[in-house]
This record gives sequence, C-alpha cells and structure tokens, in this order.
Amino acid sequence: MLSALLVMAGIAIALGAVLGYAAIKFRVEGNPLVDKIDAILPQTQCGQCGFPGCKPYATAIAAGEADINKCPPGGEEGIHKLAELLGMEFKPLGGNAVPKPKSVAFIDEATCIGCTLCIQACPVDAIAGAAKQMHTIIAAECTGCELCVAPCPVDCISMKVIEEKITNWKWKYPVYALNTVETTNVAGAALQKTNGRAPG
Amino acid sequence: MRKLNHFHGGIHPPSNKTQSTQVAIAHAPLPSKLIVPFHQHAGEIAKPVVQVGDHVLKGQLIGMPDGFVSSAVHAPTSGTITAIDLQLIAHPSGLPNLCATLIPDGKDEWVERKAVDYRDHSQPELQQLLRMNGVVGLGGAAFPSDVKLRIGKQKIKTLILNGAECEPYITCDDMLMRERANEIVQGAQMLRFMLDADEVLYGVEDNKPEAIAALQQAIKESNLNHDVVAIPTVYPGGSAKQLIRVLTGLEVPSGKLPTDIGVQCFNVATAYSVCRALAHGEPLLSRIITITGNVRRAQNFEALIGTPIDYLVALGEALSDTDGYIMGGPMMGIPLPSVHVPVVKATNCIIATSAKLFPQPQPSMPCIRCTRCVEACPADLQPQDLYWFAQSKEFGKAQKFSLFDCIECGACSYVCPSHIPLVQYYRFAKSEIRAREHDKQLADQARVRHEFREHRFEREKQEKADKLAAREAAAQAAKLASTQPLTPQQLAEQADLEARREHIREVAQSSVENTAVENTTERTGN
Repeated sequence: MLSALLVMAGIAIALGAVLGYAAIKFRVEGNPLVDKIDAILPQTQCGQCGFPGCKPYATAIAAGEADINKCPPGGEEGIHKLAELLGMEFKPLGGNAVPKPKSVAFIDEATCIGCTLCIQACPVDAIAGAAKQMHTIIAAECTGCELCVAPCPVDCISMKVIEEKITNWKWKYPVYALNTVETTNVAGAALQKTNGRAPG
Repeated sequence: MRKLNHFHGGIHPPSNKTQSTQVAIAHAPLPSKLIVPFHQHAGEIAKPVVQVGDHVLKGQLIGMPDGFVSSAVHAPTSGTITAIDLQLIAHPSGLPNLCATLIPDGKDEWVERKAVDYRDHSQPELQQLLRMNGVVGLGGAAFPSDVKLRIGKQKIKTLILNGAECEPYITCDDMLMRERANEIVQGAQMLRFMLDADEVLYGVEDNKPEAIAALQQAIKESNLNHDVVAIPTVYPGGSAKQLIRVLTGLEVPSGKLPTDIGVQCFNVATAYSVCRALAHGEPLLSRIITITGNVRRAQNFEALIGTPIDYLVALGEALSDTDGYIMGGPMMGIPLPSVHVPVVKATNCIIATSAKLFPQPQPSMPCIRCTRCVEACPADLQPQDLYWFAQSKEFGKAQKFSLFDCIECGACSYVCPSHIPLVQYYRFAKSEIRAREHDKQLADQARVRHEFREHRFEREKQEKADKLAAREAAAQAAKLASTQPLTPQQLAEQADLEARREHIREVAQSSVENTAVENTTERTGN
C-alpha cells in the first residue's frame, strides 16, 4: 500500500517537474492569436476601427472585445480571413465604411508651410521634413491611412489613388462573352442574364 | 547515338512553319521612325542616359542597366532622339511604358566598336560586357544573359543550346541556324567558356533537318566538340525544363533552377548575339522576326529593335481580312494592343490573324473533369484542379498544387473539350498571388515602422522622465550644499535637539555609574 503510494507520488513529482520545465523552456511570448490576427490586418495603422493601430485592434479581437468587421482597408477579404481564423461567421463591413481604392498621400510642396503636424500624425514615419522646411511623402512607405490629411492647417495634402501601371498590372479574372441566346420570354431573358457571366 | 528521354504529355498542333522558310532572311529597310522601349528585358527598367534632342550613333548606350537583373538599351541606328515618353508597347496589359523615339539620319553611323577575345577576360568581365551590350535571352522571356552566367560555385556539366523552336508558325531560330550556324557555334563556345561546361548540346526538333545539317557542318569546320541532337517534335519540347528532360533525363526540381542540377540553357539566337557582342563589339540592336499568318509573303526579316510592327507587316503584305496581330506563337503569344507598337528584343514572330485562320474560340462549357488536360500537361500537374482553385480564388490551394510550376504552354487549353481558357485562369491566379505577396511585404514593412515609432515614443518618454528625475536629484543636492543662514525657529529646533541629546547622554552616564557602584557593593558583600 505504502510503496504504491510512493510510486504514484514519485511519478507525479517527476511529471510535474517535466511540465514545469517545459512551461519555462517553451514559454510563448505574447499571445500567438494576437499575432495571427495582426498578420491578417493590412497594417495601414489608420485607426478607422476605433483602435489606435492594427495591433491594439488585433488584441481587442483576440480578447473578444471587438467585432471582426471594423477594418475598411482590409475589405471583405480580410473579414473572410479573420472569420476563418476565428471560426466565426462572415459579417459585412460594419458602419457606413466603404473600402476605398489603395492610395498614397501627396503633399503640394508649394503650399506646405513646414509645420510638422503631418509628420507627428504619420503612424509609419513616411513623411520627411523639418520645422519650417518643406515636407514630402515617402510614397513607398505610405500606407494611405489619411491621418495626415486632417491635421494640415493649409490643406496641402491630398490622397492620390495608385493608378494601374505596367509595373503593378495584374492579369484579370477571365471574363468572356458566351453565345447570346435568342430570347422570346422573361425566363429566356433571365437565362441570358446568367449566361453573361464567366462559367464556374 | 544519344539516348533520349521523354517528358510527360505534350501535343502535336499543326506546325505551319513551311510558309515562312521558303526564302532567306531579308534585311528590313530602315524605317522613318524607331521607338525604343527602355524595358525590353525581365527585371528592372533601364535608366535613360540621353536627352531629347541628342544626336546618337548606332550602338550608343541610351538606357543604363539599373539593378541586378537589368540590361542595357542602345540606339539601333544613328539619328536624333525626338522624345522620351510613355508609348504603347507590346504588353498584354495594353498599358504604355517609357520609350525613346529616334528619327534616323540615314547614315547608320556606328559608335566605336571594340571586339574582344573572350579567352583574355575573366568571367565577371565578360558578364559585365554582355550586360552593357544588352544581351538578353531571345527565346521569348528576354531574361538578361549575364545573370544566367552568374552561377557562383555551381558546377555546370551540360550547356544546352535551345534550337527546338516548338511553337507553330515561328521559324526565326530555324532560319538563323540555317544561315548563320557559324556564329551560333562560336557564341556557344564562348558561353561554354564562361560556364566552364563539360559538354555542349544543341537540342533541335527533327522537323528542321536543314538547321541540324548546318549546325553539324559549322561544328565540323570549327573543329569543336559540340553535339547536335535531333529531338522529337512535340509541343512544348522547346521549353527549357522539358528540353533538359529530353536531353539529359534530369528533372529540374520545383522551385529550383537548371543550374542547381548542373545544366544551363540558352537559345541559339542568344548564342548568336553573344558572338556578335564579344567578337564584333556589337550590342544587341536587331533580331530575326518571322512575319507569317494571314500575309501574302510570309518571311523572316532581320529588323532593328524599335521598328514599328506595322512597317514589318507591310513588308509581309498582310491580307485585307486581317483582324489582329499576335506577337509570339499561337500557343503562348500575346495579342498586340496596336499594330503601331515597336519590335523589342523578345519579338520572335508576328502572326497576322483572320477569322479563317484563327476562328473565334468556341463558347466555354463547364469542366467535366475528363482529365485530358492532365494527359497533356508537360509539367506533370493537375490542370483541372488548378483551374478549380483559380476560378474559385482559392490561391493557397492552387499554390499547394504547384501552380508556379506551370509553364503556361497552353497544352491543357488546346486539348480541353469544354474550351475553357485554362491558362488565363492560371495567369490570373499567379499574378494575384504575386500581388498579395507584395502587399504582405509592404504590410510587414509598415508594421515594423509603426512598431519602431511606438518604441521611439516610449524611449523618448523614458528619457524625458529620466532627465526630470536627474534634474530633481541635482536640485536636492544643491539645496543641501547651500550655506543659507538658518531661521530662528530652525535654530531653536536645533538647540532643542542638542539639549535632548545632552540629556540622554547624562542619563546613560548616570545609569552606567549606578550599575558600577552596585557591582562593587555586591563584590564587597561576598
């Protein structure tokens, strides 16, 4: 009886030691779910979700304090990805926010008075300039968050939609006209309508 | 006799090559205007180094290579640069790109040409020479040749010269091999020297007996140890990976390069331009182009880069029912956005199309999973699955099914009984995946920058707090050290304190004396 107890106690202590060691050795820094959510978010750092950046929003989603449909730059695709990751139902974009085409800020350098307010507002340090010196946007770093537009006292910042150029051109989803069908009635017209799209 | 291997699948479309091989290569006359794009190669666009109004000589550098994968661009003839602006080019997007417009002066006056003996130069020097001479792969992808020669420490066993030319209609390599085999062989020898390859093989499809004979003759005359191999005519036998498979039996692993298995592959026309660049000091200024399809005189022309395609088409006398033009072959070529676009280094063939020659594709039907595409796929893929994932935009799954091993040869679309434009779906999926990866990189960059900004704010706050604390501590110390006279109240307090201390000392003293007295009494008592 005593030996059995000792054996069981011994095993318990040994396993406990292993678990304790593993907990220290393989300790996960931070919340891995937050990082996974953060990886899906577009990192515009625009604050349109009501949080001061993508990471705080990710943290709030992970804690169950925020909905997954608050990120307009991520668009519906981002919501789909979040829903898949978190095992939730897809929700359409919340509020009256609409996803805009990707754009970059542009400073009209002739109007700029060098007040540095936009530099302070930029979440990714994408504006170069100094006090009473003209400022300019580093276009390659700009996330298009629009946070610099409002603080400008002379309204010299505008958002420019990134145009399709040969360097960023993409092959389009194949869409081709199918045979037009002679229509004589409403059902036929409906049939023709559905035939107008790509198959599949 | 070399034992040949086979690749999976492949198709046998009607070759339509004899139309354009009846007469020799003709030199296209000098057009009245040349439009030279600065981006004719894979990689980064060349930087313009001339200005509007400059007079340039034939072979003068006008575009400087910019970046690791880039190549030089030269003036194809002497004349005046009249514009450097965005012009329509042969690109599937139909979008314009930066071009120089050159009005020839008709003198065709060369810059100073410097021929070199390749044996006197180191490999990096030769690579730089090819880069500055604008030598790129002329098989269609226009990949800078110098980058393909930078192999590091890898050992190249086999150098393959690709003269397969498997696409229907195209005969520019065939005619080049027939007429200029000597220079191809010399170029191949130069490439062999630069790669230090053990053997040199020419892969030529067996529907080009004249080209094979010409190459063999040239090799015999120059007394070199090269080997011309006639390979079976199967489309796409001229695709690099498939040709390597046929000639060596080796398979290029997914995501790897031929050099990883000790093979490197160049087009025969590239070897020709390597020879022109090194042995004659001539940059890549012209190329052979097949004008065929719905034309009266199908023929190969040697035309300057920048020649407007309508000019060439006029030489071939396009028929009146022509309704469009394809650059490249009918399988992989791209429809031209306009017939006024210029010839570039990648232009191997122009096919005039008509409703009779290329009837409108039949309407697509749903995929019935007959797997005929699987039988035809030369890359051993599952095209029907790739189609399914691409059309439903499940890009992750498409990637898992090796979408990026697809060579876009079009064999699957060719055999599809439902007439689904499969390759268009793969192209869409590939470019979408690439764009997403690019966006992801940008997002990661933005995250790093944002986090660093937060970190900087944190640090600045900490520094400010530290500074404040230090200042306060300094003020305290200064206060103590100061010799300000004390107020009467403080003096009174101090005196009070002193008096108390005195009292305590007295008490302590007396108690010690008392105990001492008691001790003495006890001792005497004993």
